[in-house]
Amino acid sequence: MQTEPEITAALVEAHGLKPDEYQRILDLIGREPSFTELGIFSAMWNEHCSYKSSKKWLRTLPTTGTRVICGPGENAGIVDIGDGQCVVFKMESHNHPSYIEPYQGAGTGMGGILRDVFTMGARPIAAMNSLSFGRPEHPKTRRLINGVVEGIGGYGNCFGVPTIGGELRFDPAYDGNCLVNAFAAGLADTDKIFYSAASGVGRPVVYLGAKTGRDGVGGATMASAEFDDTIEDKRPTVQVGDPFTEKRLMEATLELMATGAVISIQDMGAAGLTCSAVEMGDKGNLGIRLDLDKVPVRERDMSAYEMMLSESQERMLMVLDPEKEDIAKAVFDKWDLDFAIVGHTIAEDRFVVMHANTLKADLPLKALSGEAPEYDRPWVPAPAPAPLGALPPLDPIAALLTLIGSPNHCSRAWVYEQYDTMVMADTVLPPGADAGVVRVHGTKKALAFTADVTPRYCRANPFRGGAQAVAEAYRNLCATGAIPLATTDNLNFGNPEKPEIMGEFVGCIKGISAAVTALDMPIVSGNVSLYNETDGQGILPTPTIGAVGLLTSLDDMITMRPEAGQHMILLGESRGHLGQSAYLAEVLGRREGDAPEVDLEAERAAGELVRALWAQDLITAAHDLSDGGLALAATEMALAGQTGINLAPGDAGWFFGEDQGRYLLATETVDSLLTAARKAAVAARVVGRFGGTEIRLGEATVPLARIKKAFESGLDALTSA
Amino acid sequence: MKSAVIVFPGSNCDRDMAMALAGALGHAPRMVWHKDVSLPDGLDLIAIPGGFSFGDYLRCGAIAGRSPIMRAVADFANRGGLVLGICNGFQVLCETGLLPGTLMRNSGLKFICKTVRLTVETADSPFTSAYDAGQPIDIPVAHHDGNYVASDALVQRLRDADRIAFSYQDNPNGSSGNIAGVLSQNRRVLGMMPHPERRADPDLGGTDGRALFQSLAKALISA
Repeated sequence: MQTEPEITAALVEAHGLKPDEYQRILDLIGREPSFTELGIFSAMWNEHCSYKSSKKWLRTLPTTGTRVICGPGENAGIVDIGDGQCVVFKMESHNHPSYIEPYQGAGTGMGGILRDVFTMGARPIAAMNSLSFGRPEHPKTRRLINGVVEGIGGYGNCFGVPTIGGELRFDPAYDGNCLVNAFAAGLADTDKIFYSAASGVGRPVVYLGAKTGRDGVGGATMASAEFDDTIEDKRPTVQVGDPFTEKRLMEATLELMATGAVISIQDMGAAGLTCSAVEMGDKGNLGIRLDLDKVPVRERDMSAYEMMLSESQERMLMVLDPEKEDIAKAVFDKWDLDFAIVGHTIAEDRFVVMHANTLKADLPLKALSGEAPEYDRPWVPAPAPAPLGALPPLDPIAALLTLIGSPNHCSRAWVYEQYDTMVMADTVLPPGADAGVVRVHGTKKALAFTADVTPRYCRANPFRGGAQAVAEAYRNLCATGAIPLATTDNLNFGNPEKPEIMGEFVGCIKGISAAVTALDMPIVSGNVSLYNETDGQGILPTPTIGAVGLLTSLDDMITMRPEAGQHMILLGESRGHLGQSAYLAEVLGRREGDAPEVDLEAERAAGELVRALWAQDLITAAHDLSDGGLALAATEMALAGQTGINLAPGDAGWFFGEDQGRYLLATETVDSLLTAARKAAVAARVVGRFGGTEIRLGEATVPLARIKKAFESGLDALTSA
Repeated sequence: MKSAVIVFPGSNCDRDMAMALAGALGHAPRMVWHKDVSLPDGLDLIAIPGGFSFGDYLRCGAIAGRSPIMRAVADFANRGGLVLGICNGFQVLCETGLLPGTLMRNSGLKFICKTVRLTVETADSPFTSAYDAGQPIDIPVAHHDGNYVASDALVQRLRDADRIAFSYQDNPNGSSGNIAGVLSQNRRVLGMMPHPERRADPDLGGTDGRALFQSLAKALISA
């Protein structure tokens, strides 16, 4: 039997607990904690698990709505899609692990989010990822992007879920901290949803899935720390993924759920056995007693501390109907997965951990989550951005070539061709469109998915940036004909102990709140990733919004492929806003001006009009305007439709301004369309025509073939062998 | 006319395959678990679907090729039964020796998922009779290990015997002789890396894969 180390101030600090937090522990239990107990507290009270810096603000987010079945707090959010079915989804970051070990870090991020979805009884049907890396020329970027993309593909492809969308950006602010935000959505019957709350005293607590090893011990604590030059030492805290086991775990879990044996279930994610057991007990107002000698292990001599903090992947904990134990065991034998009764529920509010007949922990269970520290961190409003200075004369073609060939705005085919985008044979709109769309299996309904945020807006003006992320997601869904339903947020920020970072966080939350309220897209799940800093340098505020929309029929689906001869209509107000635009950043290398204003009422009117125009057969294609404005949107449609364009002349603000709430539409019925827009009080005007083999911006032209080449080779420097 | 789909623990295109077969044959295939040792009676066609049968550990298809059900599948094939292996199913058939050659890591070392153009090399098989020889078709690939490796002599032999079912027009993975799908000597076993079951429904962006399943329906009716 190993002896546990003595509790010292240094040991407490190494567990990421501040002196006042440790004092709180002493007050709570009235004695010095054991080493295992200290580990349990550190796992439960770190930022990653307790949301101690963000909780106050997360509570202000709108999370309810007529279609919302389950909001934040469970493994994933659930939204009704009619006909007795629901979509279950969430987005979660795996930033720190991916920076340390990109392949495994990104892969297990995918694994974690898939588990969150099938734990609730839903079969995953779509995945997305939002990736942020440092400068393309930074020495680490190439290794990170290659590893992360391969890691996501390696996991998701084997598991068998189509990856149907996402984001990719590069900015020096991510040089020392990449962001890997993984989204997954699943489909379930509304009367067959499973939750984590345990019920019934004396019921078996069952361990399922892969065996427990030492991988990831202390991972959640690591994910709540800033990086410095000791980062290589942190590699052993990254877990190793096994998608084949995850696939079997999903099949076995869903099969088991169908037998009626499962009372409650919780996946083992961050802080593994500790977090999942406490979660189930806490939600069910029960205590839990664990006997670690029963835990399937794959390494010898594991201590209680290690078992409680291991983040080995592909594991589940559940409370079982004792009468159906044999049925449950048969299912797991069929799939060759470990199945062990490792404890049971108890009436008292205690979390008891036994190992080798020794009491290793005996803590008040509810206090572990309920009494976690919560901070009202001081914050200061973001400073006003530098005003937009005078701009040099515009060369529209040179600017367009720069933009469309830049790593930030070029084709993402290199990324998504490494993902299986079609497995399950329901992908109706693969990556490369405004949103990815998958059919609801066996029906004519479909679900649209998008992930969006513009971090440079969030830095300049957190409120507008937060609102814009939601608005752009809304727009992407409307551009595919979907009715926006709900959102998940993945809030990536720097060190919340700095008032200016906290100010960015608060501003973005307020903007998100305003937008999800106005656009009726409540936040039903989410995740917060703080301390994304290296050597004191924080990332851009990056509140990624994952959004889900419903197409009640595939006939409602709109693509961005126009045909030659069709007219180009610009919907929404254009004021030529160039502050913080892609044109400014990529072409002029400047970060100036305010983020664009987000008029949520106008946003909604334009989105609803797009769907109405499609229903009335007045448009043939649609595309949202965002980064790069009108010229980039028109060019993207040209590439999708393999046709040239002729766009009306104007200045830089006209071609590249990033006013919000705008769409570019293709039509053969200009007059009827304009009349309909007038009735809806949405600005609309003819701005050009599709056709030919050139991109014409006013008087200037460039062959489409040259644009295509620039578009398709933008990532070459990073990706060529 | 009865068909079955073999399901390994890591199969993930089994449902897709079943849908495509049901669409063409008018009945749902039987799903057969890999631990079974015998096949349902009276089968005419066995399909081995895509996926990662055992996580692609060891070698793609290696463990699946030695699982209990595969002995029965080999007997079925040797008696002249129709066997279709797609993607991982092709890898499994090569591992069992029912088809010649080996599938190795793509020459570009990355997983590739995209729609590629194939040429139907022969219409003389129960899998391709509804196509025209020389017909170009667009079918997606989705694999990490789709590089069909065969000696020059083997490629020549396959060509001489008209056993190359499909070839790539723009070889995505380095396959010998641009081979995308091969037939067994009796022409009743087909293995191919591209996924025709993902192009058998107009909602999914095309129907170039449908003729393969229609060919099978025809073969089974006339059998």
